[in-house]
Amino acid sequence: MNEIIDPRSIDRPNSYIGKSVPRPNAKKLVEGRGQYVDDVVLPRMVHVAFVRSPHAHARIANIDAAAALKLPGVLRVFTGQDLAEHCEPWVAVLAHLKGMKSAPQHPLPPERATWVGEAVAAVVAESRAAAEDAVAKVDIAYEPLPAAVDMETALAPGAAVIHADLGDNLCFERVNESGKVDEAFAAAHRIVEATFHTARHTGLTLEPRSILADYNRASGKLTAYHSTQAPHMMQGVFAKHMGLPEGDVRVICTDVGGSYGIKVHVYPDEVAVAVIARIMGRPVKFIADRLESFATDIHARDHRIKGRMAVDAEGRITAVDVDDLTGIGPYSVYPRTSAVEGNQVVNLIGGPYDFANFRAKTTVVFQNKTPTCQYRAVGHPIATAVTEGLVDLAAEVLGLDPVEIRRRNLMRDGTYPRTSPAGMKFEGLSHEASLAKLLAMIDYPALRAEQARLRANDIHRGIGFASFIELTNPSPFMYGVGGARISAQDGCTVRIDPDGSVVAATGVTEQGQGTEAIIRQIVAEGVGVPIEQVRVITGDTLTTPYGGGTWACRGAGIGGEAALQAGIAVKQAVLKVAGAMLQASSDALDLVNGEIVDKASGQSRMPLVELSRIVYFRGDTLPPDLPRELMQTRHFITKQYPFAFTNGVQACWLEVDVDTGMVKLLKHWCVEDCGRVINPLLVDEQVRGGIVQGIGGALYEHCLYSPEGQLMIGSMADYLVPMAAEMPDIEVGHVETPTKESLLGAKGAGEAGTAGAPAAIMNAINDALKPFNAKVFAQPFTPERILAALGKVPSRWPVASSVALPLRTADASAAPALVTAPKAAAGTVREPGLFGRMFGRSRA
Amino acid sequence: MSTTLDIAMTVNGERIARRVEARQHLIDFLRLDLGLMGSHAGCEHGLCGACTVRVDGRIVRGCLVLAAALDGATVETIEGVSDTGEIRDLQNAFIARNACQCGYCTPGMLLTAADLLASKAEPTREEIREHLSGNYCRCTGYHAIVDAVEAVARQRNGKAQP
Repeated sequence: MNEIIDPRSIDRPNSYIGKSVPRPNAKKLVEGRGQYVDDVVLPRMVHVAFVRSPHAHARIANIDAAAALKLPGVLRVFTGQDLAEHCEPWVAVLAHLKGMKSAPQHPLPPERATWVGEAVAAVVAESRAAAEDAVAKVDIAYEPLPAAVDMETALAPGAAVIHADLGDNLCFERVNESGKVDEAFAAAHRIVEATFHTARHTGLTLEPRSILADYNRASGKLTAYHSTQAPHMMQGVFAKHMGLPEGDVRVICTDVGGSYGIKVHVYPDEVAVAVIARIMGRPVKFIADRLESFATDIHARDHRIKGRMAVDAEGRITAVDVDDLTGIGPYSVYPRTSAVEGNQVVNLIGGPYDFANFRAKTTVVFQNKTPTCQYRAVGHPIATAVTEGLVDLAAEVLGLDPVEIRRRNLMRDGTYPRTSPAGMKFEGLSHEASLAKLLAMIDYPALRAEQARLRANDIHRGIGFASFIELTNPSPFMYGVGGARISAQDGCTVRIDPDGSVVAATGVTEQGQGTEAIIRQIVAEGVGVPIEQVRVITGDTLTTPYGGGTWACRGAGIGGEAALQAGIAVKQAVLKVAGAMLQASSDALDLVNGEIVDKASGQSRMPLVELSRIVYFRGDTLPPDLPRELMQTRHFITKQYPFAFTNGVQACWLEVDVDTGMVKLLKHWCVEDCGRVINPLLVDEQVRGGIVQGIGGALYEHCLYSPEGQLMIGSMADYLVPMAAEMPDIEVGHVETPTKESLLGAKGAGEAGTAGAPAAIMNAINDALKPFNAKVFAQPFTPERILAALGKVPSRWPVASSVALPLRTADASAAPALVTAPKAAAGTVREPGLFGRMFGRSRA
Repeated sequence: MSTTLDIAMTVNGERIARRVEARQHLIDFLRLDLGLMGSHAGCEHGLCGACTVRVDGRIVRGCLVLAAALDGATVETIEGVSDTGEIRDLQNAFIARNACQCGYCTPGMLLTAADLLASKAEPTREEIREHLSGNYCRCTGYHAIVDAVEAVARQRNGKAQP
């Protein structure tokens, strides 16, 4: 039996797992020779532009396309009614999320527009420019309806109900509770509490959402070139809702220009393109522009969380109680649903810590804004910010160092497997080792000394920590048990061609994270060939084994294990043939570096290319009953744990300018444990990219709306993203606790950075502001919010406050350490609209 | 609304002549009319840098330049500088250091980095970050990109790698 090679023994031939091997597909990308959907041009191809709703909620009374159809190059205009005849609507609920509800959603809404930017009509023309010209000429009569915009009032009496059939705006509600929470709070030594806000933000993939759908009437087949993370899922969706056999639908992902969860969902306008292609019987292309991306890519993380934590006199956490509210837009997003983010929050809060009493409630409500759904590190940055914010508040009232309180409360290494108070099963984590490694990287005493020294000069630096857990390698417990056709298993086919080269076709997909690179490493090692001989095929439902694609950090852990097993199976098949040819026991042979060798001596017996020549061209010379399949497929699914949890810890070192409120990031560190590291070069930059996305949410990114539900971001000048100049150098370290569920031992690594960064930044800002008794808990931590916390400007935003309550303490010195932010200015201040801001009018 | 103009320009060393719509920006012209798909439209507001190309030796935002205004100009794209080998060292460093993930920003990022190194032989990390700060990358976190540009600067100056 082949054993997995210890990645540290890197001198052995073909031991690629664990090495920083460059990506095979990078060269085409650096030469501009990638192929994204918009680069695909087909004969008779036409283009779609959508007419989009300017209202948050309105009845579509009439659509008059006559003027649009007169423009040169314009071919057709489709309404929601036109497409409804050709496409079954969907309802995005999951059976295991008890009581969840949502409304039927069509490619284009037949009756009502429910958010600003929702596509309500589609113009098809010979060019995108001509289609856009015609969009301006489509005359739509809207009857505006009352909108439910603010999630805080979506369930209030008298709130506008978005879908009358649902009765109210409640999508989903869940309380996750264990232990005796109320008793623990009643008996607490100290209680800290705060209200946290995470801002609605979005993924902003640089390649916008893209689809080119082609329906061939003669063959009856639909081919969709689609910028997606889950081609097989989309194949099923198109087939089911368009009434096609699944086998007649092919989804091809060429290069994907960023995804981060944004491109794993069913977007109604993309389904509309496929339906239009079927109606017109020709290729139809839709590439979203940037404004369309802001208004229609899923948003995420629009949460308000009230949290409190109880601690005992020794600084141990005794209970956590949180109340989460999130607004998800007018529809739950198909097929993953928009309840999963809130559900993750109540599963992940408190995750790194050893305590007994836990209660977390999430309330998921509909509102007339862009739909939200899963974006990189779903729920994690929210849960981590709340948990780590409360831990730092507890440390402060107890007079403990933030590191010390974590040391006292983190789950001990070596105490696994175990289950968290939230019910999450952990196979093996390394919080203590990770924290120790982080402290070795940052030189904590030196940072504290520098902080103290600079404070004397009125320079305010802070250091913040965030321990976190990350959910990876999901089993069917994530979606499949709820009825969604989302595959948790994945497959890989490995074959040897006559020239001895190896082709691996995998169901996991590449969006830049390096899937093809790691599959190539794993297959080369599994088979026993030089890595240059391996080619990888991804992203085509016709040619790859059925699989879930790449999301929730499953590419390496699930797809990688399938690839390893398939590679080993091919090697066994080769050795069987070699044994017959060489009249040796196949157990005494090995395949190393493309050569059949004696296992014991390492002596070369025959090149693989000679064996494949015989198999493919002179099979007559082999024993008649000898199996000679040099192509093997293996599938892998996790079986023992619903998820493979990873863990890690981050630290952030920053400076706050207390006159301007500006935050300058000085350095960021992360230690994470993703199990077996397959390619350190790729993992490190995954972690860094994730951290920078977390920084974006923490400091800059915000999908702003007016009280009427107008989206007030229209370009990247309004919606700020991290650019190179503002970002710090980021040091990454690793601890490796491989999962025993697989031979490979890999867990996911793509979301750890995003999970922990906002919490580390929040804690660092609050650490810097300590001399001012000021704190921020509402993301993004803009200069304005920081100045408001310092009492230097009035606050126009929800002001986060935190309170530390002393309870039953005989110690008079433990007087109430009331920590409150300055009061909010009374009343709601109205935001000027997008165009007002663009022309620099003063804010109301 | 389709006013057309006849233009001639040199693109990647080849002389071309086309009739273009007055409103068409350079990126659409390169992609739709010439089939040069290496330059990408990311925002079409001049903010993301994905469409960075060279016009008469200077980098520009291809989405903010009208093709019709470039009669007589010399245009270079990622395809051109790849074929000439002019930025091969930068491209190799981007591959070696995993400074490109999805690759959508990469052609623009490379041309901007080449522009920096043409004017400054050995920029600091801060100067590299500042010069690249008009080019958005959502994947990498920028760290590896800065590493790659820094390494090439040192290499061009005959210095050891950091």
